[in-house]
Amino acid sequence: MLRFILARLFSTIIVVFGVACLVFLLIHLVPGDPVDMMLGENAQMADRQALREALGLNQPVGIQLLNYFVHLLQGDLGTSLHSREPVVQILAERIPATVELAIASLLISCLIAFPLGIIAALNKGRAWDKTAMGVSMLGVSVPNFLLGPVLILVFSIYLGWLPVSGRDGLVSMILPAVTLGTALAAVLSRMIRSTLLEVLHEDFIRTARAKGDSYYQVVIRHALPNAMLPIITLLGLQLGVLLGGAVITETVFSWPGIGKLTIDSIMKRDYPVIQACVLLISLTYVVVNMLTDLVYAWIDPRIRLGQSS
Amino acid sequence: MNRVNLSVGIMIIWVLGSLIGQWLPLDVNQIHLEAILKTPGADNWFGYDDLGRPVFDRLLSGSYTSCVVALTVIALSVSMGTVIGTLSAYLGGGFDHIITRIIDIFLAFPGILLAIALAGIMGPGIDNVVIALSVVGWVGFARLARAQTLSVKHREHVIAAEVMGTGRMKIIFRHLIPLISTPVLVEATFGVASVVIAEAGLSFLGLGVQAPDASWGSMIRDGTRYMLVAPHLVLIPGLALMTVVLAVNLAGDRLRDKLDVKMQINKSGV
Repeated sequence: MLRFILARLFSTIIVVFGVACLVFLLIHLVPGDPVDMMLGENAQMADRQALREALGLNQPVGIQLLNYFVHLLQGDLGTSLHSREPVVQILAERIPATVELAIASLLISCLIAFPLGIIAALNKGRAWDKTAMGVSMLGVSVPNFLLGPVLILVFSIYLGWLPVSGRDGLVSMILPAVTLGTALAAVLSRMIRSTLLEVLHEDFIRTARAKGDSYYQVVIRHALPNAMLPIITLLGLQLGVLLGGAVITETVFSWPGIGKLTIDSIMKRDYPVIQACVLLISLTYVVVNMLTDLVYAWIDPRIRLGQSS
Repeated sequence: MNRVNLSVGIMIIWVLGSLIGQWLPLDVNQIHLEAILKTPGADNWFGYDDLGRPVFDRLLSGSYTSCVVALTVIALSVSMGTVIGTLSAYLGGGFDHIITRIIDIFLAFPGILLAIALAGIMGPGIDNVVIALSVVGWVGFARLARAQTLSVKHREHVIAAEVMGTGRMKIIFRHLIPLISTPVLVEATFGVASVVIAEAGLSFLGLGVQAPDASWGSMIRDGTRYMLVAPHLVLIPGLALMTVVLAVNLAGDRLRDKLDVKMQINKSGV
């Protein structure tokens, strides 16, 4: 187990290092001079020089990279070009909103996906299965930036039940969470269906049935717990859908989280903030996936034993 | 079978509509002041937008945008990804190790995030959208091609070719890539659907096509401001987008089932 943890940690560190390098390189992708892009072409020479020094762009790339990592390790993500505040502070203000939204969407997607997936698996090939999978296919094909406005149209404008946008109490969270959760639910329900179908063919299910357990008892006591393991890993991977989708969903609903901050900073050409947002979102994803893998290995000895032999 | 015909039919309409729209006398940017925000009616099926431009004409023009972007991005991603993935698996060793790490690093950026950051930093414009989506898109194909090649590179015909002294490049292009093309083709079909969504998403965020050019994504964004009076500005491009994506996904599903030899054996066995 220790060897597995170390190997997994090592590969995570390499990925984290690579992600940080790539995010660092982003600013060098700006066509032409990034300073010109930020200040416009009519800026004074002195202003340009000052900004160049503030960003450290006057130094060789190697030194810049080194400085970047030294600051990163000290938890210093630079200063916003726009508001002059430390980027860490800006991020800290926005994190709670995104975490709230992510948790709510995860709950909603589980509430939709589990019934849908289970119904489909238990009725494989019948009308129920086809309907459930049709609904899920529809969910995959409707992008956030369409579902969001449609939900606003129905529930905020026509019915007037829910606020259009902003973050003001639990009620305002419903529409963004449903928008974000639906995309995840669509993918998740397909996975639950296929995993459950695999488990239902196992011998221990037949044994449990032969012992005289009722069908639903077998599904709930034997099939679901065994199907949970792969589902949890897939859930970790699908968190990417959630985090990536949050950028668009938060923009649709003016939800003041990290995703909206990313887009706002892109519009303001506030490069340090863009870099920090991208770094934060990807690192969260990497760490969550590492933790899922470790938990999986801890629960299922087949993984860690297979790895070390 | 009917559903397959329907989805293939929708895809054909999408591509043909995009192409034909290019040389039809469309009023894409023609402003009709008297028709501002006019909702669909008997004389005009799709209505007019907030500047009095006909939604139908803009829909066709947006269709061209999504079609061209999707096909270009997929062509670039599939060719780059397949060659890199196959090379990586076939050559093995240090090269394979480095490629695997690079793939892992790219996959660490969730969903559309890296494309948003790239397009955002390079500046808005449809060229940058194509670049951003291709830079992100090759990774999935490389991973797939690598995994597939690993499972077929010890087949007899490859070993026979090696023994006969065939060059590595010839083995890769003549003996490996054709063998792994089936799963790559299925993946490419799903890829088209996700690129259509991604392009519309980037345009929705204002990072894609620039006004006055039309894209389904930018049409939806402009429409959200007038949702109370003219919901058709969101619903029409939205429905078009959804229909195309759904059709492509269904076709991909069907293609996968059809090409999946394992599943067919199971079916005939029962």
